[in-house]
Amino acid sequence: MSTVIPFGPQHPVLPEPLHLKLTVKDEIVTEALPTIGYVHRGLEWLAQKKDFHQMVQVVERVCGICSCIHAATYCQGIEEMMDIEVPRRAEFLRVIWSEMHRIHSHMLWLGLMADSFGLESLFMQCWKVREQVMDVMEATAGNRVIISVNQVGGVRRDLSDAQLSWIKDVLNNLEKEFLALKSTFGDDYTVRKRTVGVGMLKKSSAYDLGAAGPVLRGSGIAQDMRMTGYGAYKHLDFEPVVEDGCDSWSRTMVRFREVLQSIDLVRQAISRLPEGELTARVKGKPEGEVIVRTEQPRGEVMYYIKASGNKFLDRCRIRTPTFANVPPLLEMLPGADLANVPVIALSIDPCISCTER
Amino acid sequence: MFKMTPNIVKNAVSKYATRLYPVEVREPFERVRGNLDIDIEKCIFCKKCSIKCPSGCITVDKDARKWEVDPYACVYCGICVDVCPTDCLFMHPEYRKPAPVKEPKTAVQPEK
Repeated sequence: MSTVIPFGPQHPVLPEPLHLKLTVKDEIVTEALPTIGYVHRGLEWLAQKKDFHQMVQVVERVCGICSCIHAATYCQGIEEMMDIEVPRRAEFLRVIWSEMHRIHSHMLWLGLMADSFGLESLFMQCWKVREQVMDVMEATAGNRVIISVNQVGGVRRDLSDAQLSWIKDVLNNLEKEFLALKSTFGDDYTVRKRTVGVGMLKKSSAYDLGAAGPVLRGSGIAQDMRMTGYGAYKHLDFEPVVEDGCDSWSRTMVRFREVLQSIDLVRQAISRLPEGELTARVKGKPEGEVIVRTEQPRGEVMYYIKASGNKFLDRCRIRTPTFANVPPLLEMLPGADLANVPVIALSIDPCISCTER
Repeated sequence: MFKMTPNIVKNAVSKYATRLYPVEVREPFERVRGNLDIDIEKCIFCKKCSIKCPSGCITVDKDARKWEVDPYACVYCGICVDVCPTDCLFMHPEYRKPAPVKEPKTAVQPEK
């Protein structure tokens, strides 16, 4: 006999309200239906109320964890529309802060993942290591999470040489402490038992269902929007992180290795940071249509911006990565054990505030 | 679990990872935008901060020579500080203290 069990919107492992209606038969999930809509804030509508400069602060609040990348993407779109050439130093500084956001987002997620399979000590250890990045952001940008460094035409803050060398020292220490967790995530018996073979998403399904980010790369498809070379990424050397396991463990390891990749990218950006201006002059009002795609910690984000030459935008549509990752989640759940549902649901890194905006 | 055990033991016997706030308080970083304040003597009531503010938390009354901010609506982006022509706005690095009543922060310029 089938039973329907609600999972969420309030659940200990879920940081945000996602509701899954699970049909189970003898503890095995046979069907899953998602419901979202608990934290809709209407941020896109604000495009008609706030001018295009103020929208930078609005899109930053779409998601706390990847706020800097949201703002950078939006600014990139407006700059493309208005033909503004961003100073190179500003592009590099955007990369430094964006990668810092990726590091703290992935570390937060790794902690939550550890919590979802019941290893509380690992959860706290991850967050303890993460605090160092939060300190860097607070000291360099002025806030811990929503750092407000981007503006149309460049960045609002600069990094001094002393700060850059301090960031490098912090990252060295962080890398050392973070690598100490590698054997736990990668080889530990309990962790492998809870993640290997759980939440399988075949390569072909990941491609067909339009998965994004680490979910896609965990299924063996090397797609990373940063490879398109937007901003300063064209001046940096890196390869997308790919794992072939197609399960929750692979997705964990993709994110684990991406933290190390981001640390490397910050180091590269610091060593190649050019001198120069921070902002370009912004004249006139935006007009036209533009689509921008960038890589967020959770995957590809897409902005569609339309303007008709006045200070308010006509439309600012945001497609966030979690929205793309919900169909793959529904593919992973049927056939899974009910006890594994928290691990599987978390393995896509659900960010529901992002999805609902 | 087994790989984590040495770490758990180490954490159990080493000192706290957190500070015993409020007994022990860390010095804030220099650039932190903790609290918005105004040097009202220098204000020319141009309303630029109020116009540029993304959350609309600042009200400027030129006739009453009054400047007011709602600290609970402020998003601490610091744009008002950047655009102020007389540099009379500034951010304190200390965060705002919790308060029992939500009150706006008001500054009135004395008659010259």
